[in-house]
Amino acid sequence: MISSMRPIFDKTRNLSQEDIDVVLTSTNANEKYLASIVSELAGISPRIAHSVESLCNSGTNCIVSAFAYISSGLADVALVTGAERTDSPGLVLSWDKSRGKYKHPIFWSSLFASSHMRKFGTTLEDLAYVSAKNHRNGLENPYSFFDRSYSVGEVMRSKTLTDNVRLLDCSMPCNGAASILLASEDAIRQFTDSPVWIAGIGQKSISAGFTKNADLSSMESTVLASRDAYSMARKSPKDIDVAEVHDAFSICEIMALEDLQLAERGKGSSLVRELHDTNCKKVNPRGGLIGTGHPLGATGVAQTIEGFYQLQGTAGGRQVESAKTALIHNMSAAATSSTVLILQA
Amino acid sequence: MSRFEEELKRDKFVCSECSRCKKIVWPPSNYCNKCLNETTWREISRKGKLVEYSYNKGECFGIVEFESQIRIVGTVKGSERPDVGQIMNLEKCDYDGDEIFIFSSTVQRNGSQNS
Ligand SMILES: [Zn+2]
Repeated sequence: MISSMRPIFDKTRNLSQEDIDVVLTSTNANEKYLASIVSELAGISPRIAHSVESLCNSGTNCIVSAFAYISSGLADVALVTGAERTDSPGLVLSWDKSRGKYKHPIFWSSLFASSHMRKFGTTLEDLAYVSAKNHRNGLENPYSFFDRSYSVGEVMRSKTLTDNVRLLDCSMPCNGAASILLASEDAIRQFTDSPVWIAGIGQKSISAGFTKNADLSSMESTVLASRDAYSMARKSPKDIDVAEVHDAFSICEIMALEDLQLAERGKGSSLVRELHDTNCKKVNPRGGLIGTGHPLGATGVAQTIEGFYQLQGTAGGRQVESAKTALIHNMSAAATSSTVLILQA
Repeated sequence: MSRFEEELKRDKFVCSECSRCKKIVWPPSNYCNKCLNETTWREISRKGKLVEYSYNKGECFGIVEFESQIRIVGTVKGSERPDVGQIMNLEKCDYDGDEIFIFSSTVQRNGSQNS
């Protein structure tokens, strides 16, 4: 966590530890009093320090909490830091008895895939395109867990886990940390001349149990969260120049594109093929979860940082040209909850 | 082991039902999620409807919906590919650290599937 904070202090003018009012930590590790411990280790004495946990969308939940402290006037400057280790107990939600012995996430993603295939004719090859595209995008990301890409054929031939989920359709749990700095409109001017604004926020938990997803070919929490985010930002899907979507599994990217209205219903896979074939990096330029790795508590923070780079024009080899508006989609536990952020340059 | 798990071990499929408003609460809970009153246990019909399925290493698994509201994931027995919407029987439940549910199709295709 500390090493991911260092670049913020190194690169931000006028910023010192005394400026930080809020330190929020995002992780699924059972670490008690973590935000205060991290604060002490980083030489910060914040007014507010605590952890935020919400499985895979802990990171964006943490950012939303920091936004709320700032917009309420309780704080001016907040540091959000997320981290995970592969031995964190966040992979399987044991509470969800409705999953029976099929508690591992590959099973809910497999049932989502069955449903999407039945309804829209989505194919195994469509799923492979998601993984191939995101692994290729991830090559341009220096923070990626992987150092090679995979072709559509290699994804197709990777180890079969269920009938419609192969090993390379899955995001890989890994170690990782990411930190981001948020500041009020007044405070930010001392730190930068070109901030990125959080223009819209939508969050929704429909339940905690996978089987409460009424329509398994769509993620209801994502539909509802994105509606709120678009409305708060006064933006529509066609305004989105670049998007980081939560591709925990290949099928999730196809569903997310449809649920976020970036593609028509049933057309998510055609959009993915088009992005792949034209080498367009508009969706998951950093490689998404599949191409980068998925350190649960850090993921939402890392996705938001990618939005920041893209809108600052500093994303290097994965830059989407003249991106003005970015969308971040982060979800948890079989899409029972979702966060959508809309960022603006 | 919780009461729910003990009942599963005895091959009984029970769920919480609100003692006041009669709502079924699934997954089981000591309190109703509508009126927050205490719940009691009641047996659930073992006849349900297949919502979706897939295969894991040749073994079919899927979601079956009971009493039009309780959806659970379990193993679907049988050599034929099932149909979504098909009536399924909860043939067996058990508990071994995980909740085990085994479904089987009730009658042959085109056979009478009610009652
Ligand atoms: Zn009640």
